Amino acid sequence: MFDRDRWQEVYQTLKSNKLRTFLTAFGVFWGIFMLMVMLGAGKGLQNAAFDGLGDFATNSAFIFARQTSIPYKGFPRGRFWEFHTSDMKALEENIPEIDVLAPRLQPWGGNGSNNVVRGIKTASYYISGDYPSFSKIDPVSLMQGRFINDIDVLEKRKVAVIGIRVRQELFKPDENPIGQYIRIQGVYFQVVGVHEPKNKVNIGGEKDQTIYLPFSTVQVVYNLGDVVHYIMVTAKKNIPVSIVEKKCIALLAARNGVAPEDEQAFGHYNLEEQFNKMNGLFAGIQGLIWIVGIGTLIAGVIGVSNIMLIIVKERTKEIGIQRAIGASPWRVISQVITESVVLTSIAGTFGLMLGVLLLESLNKALNSAGGSNSDGMMFMNPGVSFHIAILALVILVLSGIIAGLIPARKAVRVKPIDALRYE
Amino acid sequence: MIDLRSIHKSYVTGSNSLHVLKGIDLFVDKGELVSIMGASGSGKSTLLNVLGILDNYEKGEYYLDGQLVKEMSEAKAAILRNRMLGFVFQSFNLISFKNALENVALPLYYQGVSRKKRNKMALEFLDRMGLKEWADHLPSELSGGQKQRVAIARALITKPRVILADEPTGALDSVTSQEVMDIFQEINAAGITVIIVTHEREIAQRTDKIIRLKDGNIEEIIFNQHLQKAAI
Repeated sequence: MFDRDRWQEVYQTLKSNKLRTFLTAFGVFWGIFMLMVMLGAGKGLQNAAFDGLGDFATNSAFIFARQTSIPYKGFPRGRFWEFHTSDMKALEENIPEIDVLAPRLQPWGGNGSNNVVRGIKTASYYISGDYPSFSKIDPVSLMQGRFINDIDVLEKRKVAVIGIRVRQELFKPDENPIGQYIRIQGVYFQVVGVHEPKNKVNIGGEKDQTIYLPFSTVQVVYNLGDVVHYIMVTAKKNIPVSIVEKKCIALLAARNGVAPEDEQAFGHYNLEEQFNKMNGLFAGIQGLIWIVGIGTLIAGVIGVSNIMLIIVKERTKEIGIQRAIGASPWRVISQVITESVVLTSIAGTFGLMLGVLLLESLNKALNSAGGSNSDGMMFMNPGVSFHIAILALVILVLSGIIAGLIPARKAVRVKPIDALRYE
Repeated sequence: MIDLRSIHKSYVTGSNSLHVLKGIDLFVDKGELVSIMGASGSGKSTLLNVLGILDNYEKGEYYLDGQLVKEMSEAKAAILRNRMLGFVFQSFNLISFKNALENVALPLYYQGVSRKKRNKMALEFLDRMGLKEWADHLPSELSGGQKQRVAIARALITKPRVILADEPTGALDSVTSQEVMDIFQEINAAGITVIIVTHEREIAQRTDKIIRLKDGNIEEIIFNQHLQKAAI
């Protein structure tokens, strides 16, 4: 394979008509270049779309109570109703598909009235009563301190985990908020942690402006009885969360005198559905990219095959001489295929490299223009993965072989004497 | 060495069939120097092509060194051509982008001989042809006689049993032709069977045996001593 005579012949063939070789190579170059750029751009769109999701559990759903729309069991329509702590137990006991159940209370927030005080500073934040299990659905990343734990809930401790904005606004930069007290709606809480959101999924309010308190504390301190404002659930492995969501709604309806067909009585949001929709969209885009990209590549490869046919025709006599002095058919075939593979690989590698280079510079431009954390970006980290690039190279070599196959067969199908006589 | 038994060969072009060889019986012994003569269209080139396994034939049997050559796979034919036969053509048929040395070494390349070894051998054979200084010249830089000597060196390098030459002097002047014939006689003296297709009497005259073809049949076989009497 690596002897000089073979490469000398390859070189001679390809250089005999430089413009023709260049144009042919350009077809393959363009095919792989387009494929890489399109794949990279598709990836960029996808990254931007999925960026907001972050580490949020995608198999999760959120359910909350709304006004009923159907009269049922003596209750009129238009009734305001709520979940209760007892419902939580029933959910856990009756629906084995639930993996994590996190009830939540959200008594205030978002209405602009100042509810949090520290010293002379007052501000309005989202207040949320949570269980530690919430962190399994939306991982709370802590800058400092800890999240709410089971003992906090058990002992109804007055502790708070504050968002990064809360820290910035109520505390000086060099101040350590841990151990400090803040007054929330008239009650003092001790700060035990500071969190900084890592995704952009906001349920009930911007997370960086949210203060997490123990669920039980909120229930008691703010006199909410056994009410639950909404629940978040995740499904166990391999179970679609939509099934869990339906079962929860059915059970909650049955326990609270809500008509089973009353769809308006529940507000719910299923992340999995959104996730699947997006996934489907991007799978479609990617499929389209491959079809178009491979199509372009095939056009290039057919070009190579055509040129190889012409080259073989031009070299008929030379091949005839080689065969007369003992070149085996396999040697002639492998020679033609080598030429074809060399042509496609070199052109393809250039296309691959230029495509990656373009994506890289695009990436750099995007990053320097908007920074890595800019919101609402349509495009993010475009690029192709290493194994896609390797796959593209394999496709190139294979297509080179295929492109060479027909001309190579043609080269040996001619009888040696006819090849020798060919002028 | 070569044993042909009623060889038939025809060319089919469209609906026409041209019967070129009409039952050739021929025996060439080891170490003979034979020429094949005949008018154009008599089938002498076709006969040489059949002998060189460059072309097939329809009927009859062809034994090369005791081995039947018939309906042979191209791969096997390539090996036989490479090991047993050496070709010399009228138009030299050197590879234009390879220099003299590489051209001579090419058959050994197909045998898988290492580059170093085959180049050494090629230089030896070029030396024997008096072309050592021309080793790194391309064919386009050589004269006709030099090209033919390179081609002969290429034919000889695999130490074949039979040299087949198709009008080897057809493109050369008479002085060079005689030089080339000197070489063929030398080769023959070393024990290699040589078969030359020619239409030049001076060339045929220097062979042991002349096979005269006419319309696809062997018209007569003239041995050298008779040739002298035939008063050309």
